[in-house]
Amino acid sequence: MLNRQGRPTAAGEAGTQAHPTFTGNKALAQIEPLLFEIGRHDTTGVDIDEPEAFTPRLGGLERKEAIGLPGLSEPETMRHYVRLSQMNYGIDTGLFPLGSCTMKHNARLNERMARLPGFSDVHPLQPVSTVQGALELMSELGRYLMTLTNMKAVALSPKAGAHGELCGMMAIKAAIEAKGEGKTRNVVLVPDSAHGTNPATAALIGFVVKPVPARDDGSVHVEDVKKLLGPDVAAIMLTNPNTCGLFEPQVVEIAKAIHDVGAYFYCDGANFNAIVGKAKPGDLGVDAMHINLHKTFSTPHGGGGPGSGPVVLSERLAPFAPVPFVRAGKNGFELVEQASDTDEKPFGRMTAFHGQMGMYVRALSYMLSHGSDGMKQASEDAVLNANYIRAGLSDLMSLPFGNKPCMHEVLFDDAWLKDTGVTTLDIAKAMIDEGYHPMTMYFPLVVHGAMLIEPTESESKASLDLFIATLRDLAMAAKTGNDKERFTGAPHHAPRRRLDETRAARNPILKWTPPSPVAEAAE
Amino acid sequence: MRYLPLSDTDRSEMLARIGVKNVDELFADVPKNLLLKEPVDLPRRKGELEVERILSRMSSRNVTASSVPFFVGAGAYKHHVPATVDHLIQRSEFLTSYTPYQPEIAQGTLQYLFEFQTQVAALTGMEVANASMYDGSTGTGEAVLMAHRVTKRRKAVLSGGLHPHYAEVVRTLSDMASDAVVTMKPDVAGNEDILSQIDDETSCVVVQSPDVFGNLRDLRPIAEKAHKHGALLIAVFTEVVSLGLVASPGSQGADIVVGEGQSIGNALNFGGPYVGLFATQSKFIRQMPGRLCGETVDADGNRGFVLTLSTREQHIRRDKATSNICTNSGLCALAFTIHMTLLGEAGLKRLARVNHANAIKLADLLAGVKGVEVLNKSFFNEFTVKLSKPAAEVVEALARKGVLAGVPVSRLLPGADLENLLLVASTEVNTDDDRAAFVAALKEVL
Repeated sequence: MLNRQGRPTAAGEAGTQAHPTFTGNKALAQIEPLLFEIGRHDTTGVDIDEPEAFTPRLGGLERKEAIGLPGLSEPETMRHYVRLSQMNYGIDTGLFPLGSCTMKHNARLNERMARLPGFSDVHPLQPVSTVQGALELMSELGRYLMTLTNMKAVALSPKAGAHGELCGMMAIKAAIEAKGEGKTRNVVLVPDSAHGTNPATAALIGFVVKPVPARDDGSVHVEDVKKLLGPDVAAIMLTNPNTCGLFEPQVVEIAKAIHDVGAYFYCDGANFNAIVGKAKPGDLGVDAMHINLHKTFSTPHGGGGPGSGPVVLSERLAPFAPVPFVRAGKNGFELVEQASDTDEKPFGRMTAFHGQMGMYVRALSYMLSHGSDGMKQASEDAVLNANYIRAGLSDLMSLPFGNKPCMHEVLFDDAWLKDTGVTTLDIAKAMIDEGYHPMTMYFPLVVHGAMLIEPTESESKASLDLFIATLRDLAMAAKTGNDKERFTGAPHHAPRRRLDETRAARNPILKWTPPSPVAEAAE
Repeated sequence: MRYLPLSDTDRSEMLARIGVKNVDELFADVPKNLLLKEPVDLPRRKGELEVERILSRMSSRNVTASSVPFFVGAGAYKHHVPATVDHLIQRSEFLTSYTPYQPEIAQGTLQYLFEFQTQVAALTGMEVANASMYDGSTGTGEAVLMAHRVTKRRKAVLSGGLHPHYAEVVRTLSDMASDAVVTMKPDVAGNEDILSQIDDETSCVVVQSPDVFGNLRDLRPIAEKAHKHGALLIAVFTEVVSLGLVASPGSQGADIVVGEGQSIGNALNFGGPYVGLFATQSKFIRQMPGRLCGETVDADGNRGFVLTLSTREQHIRRDKATSNICTNSGLCALAFTIHMTLLGEAGLKRLARVNHANAIKLADLLAGVKGVEVLNKSFFNEFTVKLSKPAAEVVEALARKGVLAGVPVSRLLPGADLENLLLVASTEVNTDDDRAAFVAALKEVL
């Protein structure tokens, strides 16, 4: 008999308690076991034919033991990683105001360009005559970076920001040694507000780190720098705009004071995105600055890399740039891979090959797309968006350095949470429940309970309005103290509740191990 | 501009809300004379189509590995990467996420890093692995620094079979840090006397296998001698596929294993981005560089993963950190772990056998060409040949004939009097036709 009524179309009865599911899954929220719990040692998702019989020439070093690598078929692999991805928050998910990290839109054109076979399917040691287009791209990227910064040279090869810092500081060390001052100039000044990578980098190559205090207004004062200057000072590592989201007002005076004692000005360029097309670091007196292509020029962060950290250098440091580098020759582009191939004085080599080509392509694609006008506009919009958030929250949340304009990020402290029993961490976790990635928390260290918010230029006004309204609601709820559990228990709605990091560090479990037969029998 | 959502109306309203007249008031701390009035001297914005045209033109001026018989290796290898890998790493939630500082909404990244660490530990035969380094060469530099921390000594001995660029990265870092480095002479035959270089001041011995000339090295006697003197053995590889067929460095006594993982999951990319693999013994974990992902539980008792042991790292320890590393190679590690999951033990071993078999076939064919001598007694998928003419000239001549034949040793070691040596690699991508084309072209050139 035909069912003429068809399936029911009403919404059903509301208000019933959700029943725990048999699988533990919650519709689209799927539980995904570890690869090692679902994979099999005889399964493979790649069809390769067994080679014809051969006699190995491995010098008697054949592997005899099993490796212990489970495999999955292709459909299982697809599902495993898609489900994992669904437990992640990305820029494409929502507002990602992670201060100092610059989570701006990652245009897919850049992905397509990086995958052009002429860039992705060429080997770093092919004959130079067969990679002229790749060298042209590197040369063009270098030209863009030098033009935007008004600097004389660029070392493209560093693999990430911290690697770029290392490269810049090595160039400074080489220049000092070339002047015969290697033994006596060994102090590097680093403000307290600096990224941790700065002191770590300086210490790595034998410099002694001396802190420079920040003033109450969040800036570094030239008089405080001068007090520390002497013939033993090799360099200052100054972030500008700084990690408090402020342009250092005395940067030019500081550069001059540094140069007057024969030292060098290393600028941490992590926040260059605030001033691209608005000011040139070379005009400010910078001698070396790394540029995080993954921040300023939007090559994707990829869950923690790969990055790319080219370093621009002043005329004084240019001769010391490491190999390899590209130069224009009579018959096209040349690649200088050995110190013996140049009259300059390269200090050495940062990495095996030419750096992060895949990131160079994406960054150049970003720059070509934006153009000089678009890059200027992007900086202005980034700064405008941050200040709009500041204006929307300044009456409820506390600004450690007063309510004055900031650059691309706005820094709040936790004074406004005093006596509420709610911490910066709680606010961050409550933001997760509201569908936002938290801001950077507890950095910079110079501010108590820091909350560093960087919206980037990628956010619309409507997006910012909702973000501001959400934070206002959270701030008021925290202050009234009526619903503390909303904060201290957060996140409630994420794929995981708060994770026990102390336990992870006390008893490190860094890989999967098969359950022991005894434990299994006991279960 | 297509990437910028604000309209001019939005901008005016927002400036009014902030209480400034124009955007330059927000840049008030920039010295007035240095604030740029006009856009910098670069071209103006372009549409997608125009950008594609410009970059495609540059791309087309390169000879791609897939378009020719291709035998170039020496630290980067052409392998086939399944389509699934590139699709998955482009998922928004992987591609556009950050380092997993907020673990509750980054379990995807953290779980694959935990799986990656487990795979790398298994492959290398070690107890623990980190969540990746920039690449094999920088990882080697970090391994040497780690050995110095562990042994409280400051002298590294580098084998003459270590990739010359890796050796240069280590030397640059060591020179800057005023640490001592002994670099052995280029060791084409793989029979250097490295044991005699190890003494009570040696922090570590760095040995690559297969070495840059393709030779497989027995690490056991080196490990034994190093350990007798309180030094560590750092075992390096540039071709991770070899671990499918060759005894793991861990089983041969290595204390730190570091290598390049590009071959699995990652394209050639003209040298980067790649993915450094780094593994060691549990007793050294607090001296390890780089990110580590560990297992824990959440407030409800559910298993979850976090970044751990961060007290080693720069953002906590500043100038006392084990390394200055911040970013690693997350997405390349993801590509690696997906490809390795697709392969599994069975697939990896078969892939390794195909590579070795192809290299054997090529070596035998080349050995039959007049003016060519294959120098290796042992090799995996790469070996050294001695030609009757300078290798750089031969490679250029072969490139004009549409064959990319390998890497002249003189490009890596100029002035070492090794002009006639050529490094030749052969992977699963090479066909019988490729090999025949190589041999035919070589006969014409020599």
